Amino acid sequence: MRVLMFGWEFPPHITGGLGTACFGLTKGLAKHNVEVLFVVPKAYGDENEEAIRLINASDITIDIKDEVIRKFWEQITYMEIGSNLIPYVGPEEFAKMISESSEKSDIHTNSILSSKFEFSGKYGTNLMKEVSRYAMIASVVANNNRFDVIHAHDWLTYSAGVAAKMATGKPLVVHMHATEFDRSGEDINTEVFAIEQYGMQQADRVIAVSNLTRNLVIDRYGIDPEKVVTVHNAVEPTDKSAFENIHAGVKEKVVTFLGRITYQKGPEYFVEAARKILARDPNVRFVMAGSGDMMNKMIRMVAKLRMGKRFHFTGFLKGENVDKMFAMSDVYVMPSVSEPFGIAPLEAIRSNVPVVISKQSGVSEILTHALKVDFWDTDALADAVYGLLHYKGMQNMFNRYGMAEVNNLKWENAAFKVLETYLSVVK
Amino acid sequence: MKSICLYFQVHQPFRLRTYRFFDIGENSLYYDEFQNRSIVRRVAAKCYLPANQLLLDLIKKHKNNFKVSFSISGTVLDQFGMYAPEVIESFRALANTGSVEFLAETYAHSLASLRSQEEFTRQVNLHREKIDELFGMKPTAFRNTELIYSDAISNMVSQMGFDVMLTEGAKHVLGWKSPNYLYQSAVSGKLKVLLRNFQLSDDIAFRFSNKGWSEWPMTAEKFTGWLNALDPNHQVVNLFMDYETIGEHQWADTGIFAFMKDLPGAIMKRTKFSFSTPSELAATLLPLSEIHVPYPISWADAERDLTAWIGNDLQDDAFDSLYTIEQKMKNCTDQQLLNDWNYLQTSDHFYYMCTKWFSDGEVHKYFNPYPSPYEAYINYMNVLSDFMIRVDKACPTDSPVVVLGNTP
Repeated sequence: MRVLMFGWEFPPHITGGLGTACFGLTKGLAKHNVEVLFVVPKAYGDENEEAIRLINASDITIDIKDEVIRKFWEQITYMEIGSNLIPYVGPEEFAKMISESSEKSDIHTNSILSSKFEFSGKYGTNLMKEVSRYAMIASVVANNNRFDVIHAHDWLTYSAGVAAKMATGKPLVVHMHATEFDRSGEDINTEVFAIEQYGMQQADRVIAVSNLTRNLVIDRYGIDPEKVVTVHNAVEPTDKSAFENIHAGVKEKVVTFLGRITYQKGPEYFVEAARKILARDPNVRFVMAGSGDMMNKMIRMVAKLRMGKRFHFTGFLKGENVDKMFAMSDVYVMPSVSEPFGIAPLEAIRSNVPVVISKQSGVSEILTHALKVDFWDTDALADAVYGLLHYKGMQNMFNRYGMAEVNNLKWENAAFKVLETYLSVVK
Repeated sequence: MKSICLYFQVHQPFRLRTYRFFDIGENSLYYDEFQNRSIVRRVAAKCYLPANQLLLDLIKKHKNNFKVSFSISGTVLDQFGMYAPEVIESFRALANTGSVEFLAETYAHSLASLRSQEEFTRQVNLHREKIDELFGMKPTAFRNTELIYSDAISNMVSQMGFDVMLTEGAKHVLGWKSPNYLYQSAVSGKLKVLLRNFQLSDDIAFRFSNKGWSEWPMTAEKFTGWLNALDPNHQVVNLFMDYETIGEHQWADTGIFAFMKDLPGAIMKRTKFSFSTPSELAATLLPLSEIHVPYPISWADAERDLTAWIGNDLQDDAFDSLYTIEQKMKNCTDQQLLNDWNYLQTSDHFYYMCTKWFSDGEVHKYFNPYPSPYEAYINYMNVLSDFMIRVDKACPTDSPVVVLGNTP
């Protein structure tokens, strides 16, 4: 089995869960002897290619005089990008990206129809143009390679997937890591919605990362339930022993929120729960780790509630600092309003941190040893956190069973389900 | 003479409301009035009232040759008093026939027998008084919570003056022996022991409405056929089950009422069995041998042990925390505190914290008002925290806790 896979990012050049998930999945597929040709807009040369062959879209030349290409290009309309488009990145980072890429994008705007195009591979203002150009290159890549099935990850690559299908007639599987509703609530970008919907309509199968996402795809996008399958994400096993001896420098218990501080992640519910807990028990510290468009609002909220001396902000954390943060935490909270999957709680559990997660997260479908609350029910959230901090009976249970549960979530198993999906569409 | 001993357990716990940590020290309203009321009223309408009427009719019809026995927990009696007093009246009508025996148990349907002889005795005496007060009977037979039994418990029960005790015919205790005889405690020869025939009991209690069961549909004729097929030397078949089997666990439309209506007549007509109550059996039969039960058994789940209530970290922490205040409660005279002390000991609270249902127990899920054992634990611990604050205020004196040897 050979798969032509379209992604937008690949480790180590990632901004969030998408690249990590793609990496895990391709490694899992390799264990089932599935060959993956992985296309990214821009390869840096230091990607981990143990499980895949990476194709750099920036290296692909196209002949703009080619009738097919020209026709395809005419069909594609592209637009300027608004802040909501960006998956896994908050406007703060977005603003930074725009300023970083502004000079470059000027150069490339006019060259988008040239024979060769240097993708930024990021989520900048040129995103829609890049998405369209990526789709155009996809048909070239598809014609030049041999494969059995096409697999496209998230809306950014759906047009590419559809183009590859049109060029070769091979079956298309699209993978829904996050929908526009997850990123933007009800205030969706209709163009992105349209790309998502079209991609799923053209696909032979849609893989959703949770039943929550599957239902959303069926209800909000009107996709035939018959062709939508759920494959839950998994986690890569890692060695956390290096952080075992790290302890918080404070004597109080530490309750942590770690993620983008955006609407989707429900940070204000965390602040509200913190207020309720601190009103009864001042010996707790709360940490909000991450950044995002709601960060300043959260800081103002904390200040207004006069809980600054017990509520801390770390800013954006990555790599080792994430592990350290987990090592210092006593409880991890993920009050997401809408979370297609949510990998962070699994990482917390692996670090022996008990978790409270919202019922509105895909990961709650597969975790038994976690406390689950409705994101809006801050009483329940506060109560769950308080219970975890004060009643020692749960600690052992969570450590023992939670860890075992997470260790059983292997990419190999998820990849097997993906392989089954391939086999169901390959003639 | 061969006997059928038909015994029903009647119990409802005082279920706790969602009690948040911010309620601790602020209010002490622990119980979910709405849920408790609606469950008791529902089960009264579906089971207790119609089933009591059925049994009353059967006793009249068979001129007192049909006999049954009950153990009714103090917590359900209190709830009948609050929400469905007509149920107490209907049990009183049964008591007045003289064909019904009422057994003693712990007032709160608690696990005190595993922790403290003193507390265990206090609760049993409280229950005895309640039965005497309501039904004018002084129980001579004992049924521990969920048929929990061990050598140590049999000793305590014997010391309280009971002649006979009921427990599970657990395979791992009986081995090759049959439950269909009268036994006696290995450590207290005076105490007779009746063992549940779980095969025939569960044919009614669990399998009755199971259409996938090869014997479905079950009829009184079929059941008497099985009784006739038993070894002719067997003395007694103990059919012990939840009373809620009739009409609640097995709904009326499964035909359970018709079956129960036909069964006594069919048994008396087609078999050599007659009906007896536990105390009658203890007085008339000779024990076949002793039974040794060094580790506690119960009638729960496939394991027939205590793991439905204690053993995991959640249950053990809650259970241990609860009994840290036992000594203080001895000095307590506040009636409201004493009530809460009883109600918080009810075994159901610990049952809700059982993690076994993660893999199997559909039964556990059915009876569990909480979405997970973790919620059950947190909620219970919140309530207990408040209760302990109140106890500390009301009864400040403390003395060392004496823990019994049979604590698991």
